[in-house]
Amino acid sequence: MIYADNAATTKMSKEAVKVMVSLMEETYGNPSSLYSIGQKAKEVLEQARADVASVIGAEPREILFTSGGSEADNQAIRSAAALGAAKGKKHIISSSFEHHAVLHTLEKLRKEGYEITLLPVHENGIIIPQEVEDAIREDTCLVTIMFANNEIGTIQPIREIGAICRSKGVLFHTDAVQAIGHVPIDVEKDNIDMLSASAHKFHGPKGTGFLYAKKGIRLSNLIEGGAQERGRRAGTENVPGIAAMAAALKETAAGMEEAAVKTAAKRDRLIKGLSEIPHAALNGDAVKRLPGNVSFCFEGIEGESLLLLLDDRGIMASSGSACTSGSLDPSHVLLAIGRVHDVAHGSLRLTISEETTDAEIEEIIAAVKEVVTYLRGFSPVWRDLTEGKAQFIL
Amino acid sequence: MALYSEKVMDHFRNPRNVGVIEDADGIGQVGNAKCGDIMKMYLKIENDIVEDVKFETFGCGSAIASSSMATEMIKGKPLSEAMQLTNKAVAEALDGLPDYKMHCSVLAEEAIRSAIDDYYKKQEAKKDE
Repeated sequence: MIYADNAATTKMSKEAVKVMVSLMEETYGNPSSLYSIGQKAKEVLEQARADVASVIGAEPREILFTSGGSEADNQAIRSAAALGAAKGKKHIISSSFEHHAVLHTLEKLRKEGYEITLLPVHENGIIIPQEVEDAIREDTCLVTIMFANNEIGTIQPIREIGAICRSKGVLFHTDAVQAIGHVPIDVEKDNIDMLSASAHKFHGPKGTGFLYAKKGIRLSNLIEGGAQERGRRAGTENVPGIAAMAAALKETAAGMEEAAVKTAAKRDRLIKGLSEIPHAALNGDAVKRLPGNVSFCFEGIEGESLLLLLDDRGIMASSGSACTSGSLDPSHVLLAIGRVHDVAHGSLRLTISEETTDAEIEEIIAAVKEVVTYLRGFSPVWRDLTEGKAQFIL
Repeated sequence: MALYSEKVMDHFRNPRNVGVIEDADGIGQVGNAKCGDIMKMYLKIENDIVEDVKFETFGCGSAIASSSMATEMIKGKPLSEAMQLTNKAVAEALDGLPDYKMHCSVLAEEAIRSAIDDYYKKQEAKKDE
């Protein structure tokens, strides 16, 4: 089996599993309890907070544990919106290719009376900082731009956007779910006020994540109840998940630079190999992209069939085609970078990890070539294109 | 539980009647690339019997499987019977399709109807000559 869908989720690291199991079997106390096993769990929780904070250059008290990236996005945006509304500021800036955790929250806020500006992401999938600056108004209370895109892997100029927000006195949140553990992040240097992360994207467990919020930012609660997380997130802390997340993040961050170089070299080989397929195109900037992300569109075929046939060959990948999403429209990300529907349906996302071998890369290239050729062989769309009855787009 | 039934996967992996009939008596094409599904059916008709049928499909696994199953269900059958093929029958023959994929079976029914219509139109045109 070749697992090439690391943007969907990752395999847990052995260390993270070990930490998690020991907390479930041994230190299973409730951190709010005063007896020793509870207090031991509390220590583990606070150590995890310190570990996570140190990876991104934050202070422990600035880390709030959540159930994952989506919850962190919701809470960050809701909090900034409430703070803005208190000052009569109800304008929020974001981009058209954010994760749905951001877009759907913004859509709800729009219905609640906020004004939302979604910036274009251009053909290369990268936001232009000047356009952020131009969009900021007197009543802007938040700019939220993802660190790296989940489908096409493009890395945004976060530091520049953050600097603009600082100079204008506007809160800046970034959904760093895909970026953390893969590219260097320092909340101070990168001028980030709030950041969302999810453990299962960096070899930690599912159902765990965190929100970094710079001290002084008053967060609104999504979940009411007990006084956990300094009163900002009720519910008994997921200690095994949190500790495993911290272990996975420390491990990933320690080996990040080396892994990024190695993975990027494999990514580039994969891009080169797939580029040999006629009428195919890489989605998003070729250089400013995550080390493990390869996203292509192939003309004349549909993504779901491609995925099913790759699965038959032992390759796990994903697609932004409508058929894989259960909706009629293909991925909003591919549409945002200007891919037309016809082409966006034929998309393939391969997200490799440091564990992907050179032999696996060659196997993927061969399999994709074979499957694309096979599907084109009985595609009426491909027939029309090759017979000159329709114009090639790619 | 898998996304598709074994039957769907079988027809997807080993589609029956794939290809083109060069001198087809009726051709029907339905769907559009914008929505991600296009089916094209080619019919060879002799004495009001579907002697041969081939298809080409751009689409997802269930679109390919529905095309394949539909062609099998009408091959060798009288036109009157082929005309009665319903999307429900195609989906049932495939041991069911997920709700949001039912439109694939509708396309298969429409593609066959469209090819039969085309055949009748061509027959009419011949009579007029």
